[in-house]
Amino acid sequence: MTVTETDRVANVANAVETSDRVASHLHPEGSWRVEDHPVPTGLEEIWRFTPLKRLRGLHADAPFGTGSVRTESSAPDGVSVRAVEGAEAADWRGISGFVPTDRASARVFAETAASLVVDVPAEAEPTEPVVLRLSGEGAQTAEAGHVAVRVGAHARVTVVLNHTGSAQLAQVVEFAVGDGAQVTVVTVQDWADDAVHLAQHQARVGRDASLKHVAVSFGGDLVRLNSAVSYAGPGGNAELLGLYFADAGQHLEHRLFVDHNAPHTISNVDYKGALQGRGAHTVWIGDVLIRKVAEGIETYESNRNLVLTDGCRADAVPNLEIETGDIAGAGHAATTGRFDDEQLFYLRSRGIAEDEARRLVVHGFFADIIRRIGVADVEERLLTAVEHELAVNIGLPTASAAGAGADA
Amino acid sequence: MATLDIRDLHVSVDTEDGAKEILRGVDLVVRSGETHAIMGPNGSGKSTLAYSIAGHPKYTVTSGSVTLDGEDVLAMSVDERARAGLFLAMQYPVEVPGVSVANFLRTAKTAVDGEAPKLRTWVKDVNAAMDRVQMAPEFAQRSVNEGFSGGEKKRHEIVQLELLNPKFAILDETDSGLDIDALRVVSEGVNRFTGQGDRGVLLITHYTRILRYIKPDFVHVFVAGRVAEQGGAELAERLEAEGYDRYVQAAKSATTAGA
Repeated sequence: MTVTETDRVANVANAVETSDRVASHLHPEGSWRVEDHPVPTGLEEIWRFTPLKRLRGLHADAPFGTGSVRTESSAPDGVSVRAVEGAEAADWRGISGFVPTDRASARVFAETAASLVVDVPAEAEPTEPVVLRLSGEGAQTAEAGHVAVRVGAHARVTVVLNHTGSAQLAQVVEFAVGDGAQVTVVTVQDWADDAVHLAQHQARVGRDASLKHVAVSFGGDLVRLNSAVSYAGPGGNAELLGLYFADAGQHLEHRLFVDHNAPHTISNVDYKGALQGRGAHTVWIGDVLIRKVAEGIETYESNRNLVLTDGCRADAVPNLEIETGDIAGAGHAATTGRFDDEQLFYLRSRGIAEDEARRLVVHGFFADIIRRIGVADVEERLLTAVEHELAVNIGLPTASAAGAGADA
Repeated sequence: MATLDIRDLHVSVDTEDGAKEILRGVDLVVRSGETHAIMGPNGSGKSTLAYSIAGHPKYTVTSGSVTLDGEDVLAMSVDERARAGLFLAMQYPVEVPGVSVANFLRTAKTAVDGEAPKLRTWVKDVNAAMDRVQMAPEFAQRSVNEGFSGGEKKRHEIVQLELLNPKFAILDETDSGLDIDALRVVSEGVNRFTGQGDRGVLLITHYTRILRYIKPDFVHVFVAGRVAEQGGAELAERLEAEGYDRYVQAAKSATTAGA
């Protein structure tokens, strides 16, 4: 792939600032009050990539109804998944340290009574994942939802959120990861073509805990997912992986914010996307803040886009704000490229037909992210989904696909 | 008995100053069982010949013909040429991230044969082919050529040569950048291929070193986009002693005289 932009921060000593205050438009002060968040106009830095019209009022004041998104769950023994309301729900709101940063997330809390809560006790190690299935049954009315996941100290668990069907959903998903816990979260946006999804994921990673957060977006008219991480103590590790495939007319936006607010924490952001068809638009914003206290941290963020046809647009903006001089490593890279003709030639010179050569290259492009998910069912499903996306554009005969699917 | 027949081949590439002719009338016939060495100085068009036969889109054939047993190779797509029995071992094999060697080899074998190889024997065949060029079996699970050393890439080309077993193999400076051990391993692979008796090889090289291990039946001296002289193995020995200077000077004065 052609590298169009890379940037590595090798020496950050010069970037040290002396103030404690972090004044950036990218992560404003939060507020629980809806009126503190004006309706965005689209000119704001954090909204300028998003086609507001297509949000159908989710960013503004679209009334929230109920019943258009059905939730089913399966939980392994020892893990509790339940809906709570009122005062009990209030206890679960903000468990990740989240304070609403935009009108939509403030409204989710202000205007919904219920929360879906997942409670994983300390030291639990269920072998099966917790699966939450959210299926939309119509995109006529807006709906809002709050999901809170609390993982006790030293527990090890996988949580999968599956989004399918038609919906207009404003959503806040919180994760409180206890000290020493190891959590994998996979959120799959496999919506129908007319769905609109505005989501905020917020995680607080405990001392010496690790979080692997995987965002996968294939479907929907518009998906905008903010994923933010902060740390409750030193030694936390956050791996934020993403994979998206935008077809004609789709807008898939992934915004990340890692707040290194504790020393010796690690973050690694790696998102890959493919685009095909007129009007396919992807946005990736990777913000990393390294606060003054966050000495000895390590961070790397990467976004790679593979443009398969004309008429697509991939925006990628990595930002590093560094307020300490003592870090172990920080860097970022963003590339957008077309098919590499030399790769195609090489494969074809071995007899592999052009369509199949393209399929191999795209598979290969996504494979390293998929392999790192570590949840076999999900990995298999994603490979199939990539296959399906490719079939739309390339029209691959299934026989050759089956012949080359697995490794010998 | 197969024949690769190259007649009066003219090839140009697009440059900033317009099309530039690189091959200027190449005539060459390779039959099954024959090994032809093509030797020449840098920039003489040797690699262009290799890539033009394989169908690289960068090169435009302006006139002439390439046929394989009478079939028009130039009318075929890149992958059709490979399926017709041509193979190009590249000087700089390309990295394909995320595609494992095992998957790549099996996909290529399936494409070339028109059917998937039998799973049980295939794994054995792959392991044996890798073992013969001293590649560890772990390479099967690595991405194609990614992070391979220069020598490992060339060995991987030879593994493909043996497994795909084409009618004609074009080896484009497969010897370049190899240490003596790797050169021997690679040469042995080529000799196993030709040892079948009915395979043709077009061995493109800048140096005579590889010809100590691979005995050519014919040697062609390639200068300024065409064959300047042909002979047997003894021609290579003369080139080793005398170099290409004589041919380069002759080509220069011919060009001057022509202009």
